[in-house]
Amino acid sequence: MNALVLQFGKPWIWSWLAAFVVWFLTIMVTGGAGTLGLSQAALTFAAFSVIVGIGQMFVITLGPGNIDLSVPATMTLAGTVALKLMNVENGMILPGLLLAVLIGLGVGLCNYTLIKALRIPPIIATLSMSFIVQSAAIWTNRGLRIKPPSVLAEFTTTNTLGVPNVAIIAFLISILAWILLEKTIYGRWISAIGQSMPAARMAGIPVDGTRFVTYLFCAVLASISGYLLACFSGGAALNMGAEYLLMSIAVVVIGGTAVAGGDSNVPGIWGASLFMFLVVSMLNTYGLGAGIRLIMTGLIIISVIMLAGGRRGMR
Amino acid sequence: MTFRLSSDAIRLVIPALSLSLLLAAVFWLQPRAMSYIGLNLLFNLAVPIALATIAQMLVMAVNDLDLSMGAFVSFVACVTATFLRDAPVIGILILAGAVAAYAAIGVVIHLRDLPSIVVTLGMSFVWGGLAVLLLPAPGGRAPDWVRWLMTVKPPLAPMAIVASIIIAVIAHFIVKRSSLGVLIRGVGGNQRSVERAGWSIVAARATAYALAGLFAVLAGIALVGLTTSADANIALRYTLLSIAGVILGGGEFIGGRVSPIGAVIGALTLTLAGSFLSFLRISPDWQIGAQGAILIIVLALRLMLNRLEKREKRR
Repeated sequence: MNALVLQFGKPWIWSWLAAFVVWFLTIMVTGGAGTLGLSQAALTFAAFSVIVGIGQMFVITLGPGNIDLSVPATMTLAGTVALKLMNVENGMILPGLLLAVLIGLGVGLCNYTLIKALRIPPIIATLSMSFIVQSAAIWTNRGLRIKPPSVLAEFTTTNTLGVPNVAIIAFLISILAWILLEKTIYGRWISAIGQSMPAARMAGIPVDGTRFVTYLFCAVLASISGYLLACFSGGAALNMGAEYLLMSIAVVVIGGTAVAGGDSNVPGIWGASLFMFLVVSMLNTYGLGAGIRLIMTGLIIISVIMLAGGRRGMR
Repeated sequence: MTFRLSSDAIRLVIPALSLSLLLAAVFWLQPRAMSYIGLNLLFNLAVPIALATIAQMLVMAVNDLDLSMGAFVSFVACVTATFLRDAPVIGILILAGAVAAYAAIGVVIHLRDLPSIVVTLGMSFVWGGLAVLLLPAPGGRAPDWVRWLMTVKPPLAPMAIVASIIIAVIAHFIVKRSSLGVLIRGVGGNQRSVERAGWSIVAARATAYALAGLFAVLAGIALVGLTTSADANIALRYTLLSIAGVILGGGEFIGGRVSPIGAVIGALTLTLAGSFLSFLRISPDWQIGAQGAILIIVLALRLMLNRLEKREKRR
């Protein structure tokens, strides 16, 4: 019992509670029908937000002002170019993935070069970069819709033991992120930088190197997510990353990561991603129109942050 | 005092310089733009963007960031094209309520010490939902007086230029010359010392947000005056454009260092960049990307100038 009470001190518990309440409210209406389908859909769609969100979380942990706005453009470019390279051939799956990762590395490298060399605030640097990346995606796409290789399309849309494959991948990435964050010196470094960059520098932490790796990591995760999303939805679309801009920030913050940086957690991302999907499907189940649904989504985000938040604002 | 003035002036040099360079380039490419009508066409869309940039600047002056700007301006545009035309009293009441809501957001953010990014992110869904409820499909019509105001042809200079100058002067007086403006910037600079001096931080933040709401309302009205009809997604770009405008104009994310005149110039520069690129006959695929490149170049220039400024000081 005591352990249970202790858990309530954890910032991520709130997002899980919220997700569970919404899930419960939804199956109440359907009367238990479609529970499995709803849960699987939630896991599938949450997986994409989780992968993007983890990268964004690492960046936000670096401290005030650190945020990566190039995430949607990177997803789109990686998805488009990878599908083009694979050209529906099953043998090209690995080269395609490699290319997506390379694109992520390239975008991350450019992002951090702008931040460091030109001393541009990360928001503006990644925003300008996203314009360029988006243009590159438009240029390569040319309105073509290439289908993913059949093996990959099947893999991303099916389940293993009832769990969607993409959710399993997202789970593996989360474990890796958790280990990086909690068990390695790198994780300690980004938290330290987020709490106070001058102090971290004084303590001899390689601040520039750590920030560089973090921006690379975020861009790579975005490109992997774009690769998977393009295969899942049967082809890349130019606007496929658009909703992940706000989504990636929302899941990080609702998940209990401090916006001021220096304090992050992986489980919260899962709770928040499930929650964000379930809210929309709950409001859909209730048969509400698009307008009401948007308003409710917004009000719920604000209520969650008011309930959970208020520890340290971004000031 | 003289030193402060010159320091502020230096911050304005780069925005002014980049605007004139861009303008010269446009005139060189297309001499016919160097006329009353040409200038009006070039800068027409700058008026709503300038107003939105001023609104964003006011929020940034208290160290917050408004991610709901685009959705809010769209919402106002929808109200203007429907209620403000058919039932002006109700329309004005709705807009007044929206400004009050902005003030309330400021109070909530302060009292609960919430991250402004997340609260305004949630609000962007709310405004977007309200806009969809008002105008599910593009439509509505601009009120005649708004249309008249945006298309009136004053002597000597076109409306777009006159309006930009008026906006810059009014915002300059509010932010730089009134005691209220000093208070708002003080909250951004050092909240605790302003508090110790006996001022109410809540009131200052609420006023900053209310003023931001007011300018954003004006942006929405001006936008409908130009487009003659509205759409729930009409101004979504404004969120990022307004942030970029403030930064281009010499503003900073933290510390209450903002410049209203610079912000208007930043907005003009962003608008002009679009026209410049179409005059260059750049493939439409790369237009967004080139806008990003222009943003980067201007910021690089600013870095160079800041270095020069520092070197001067050291002497």
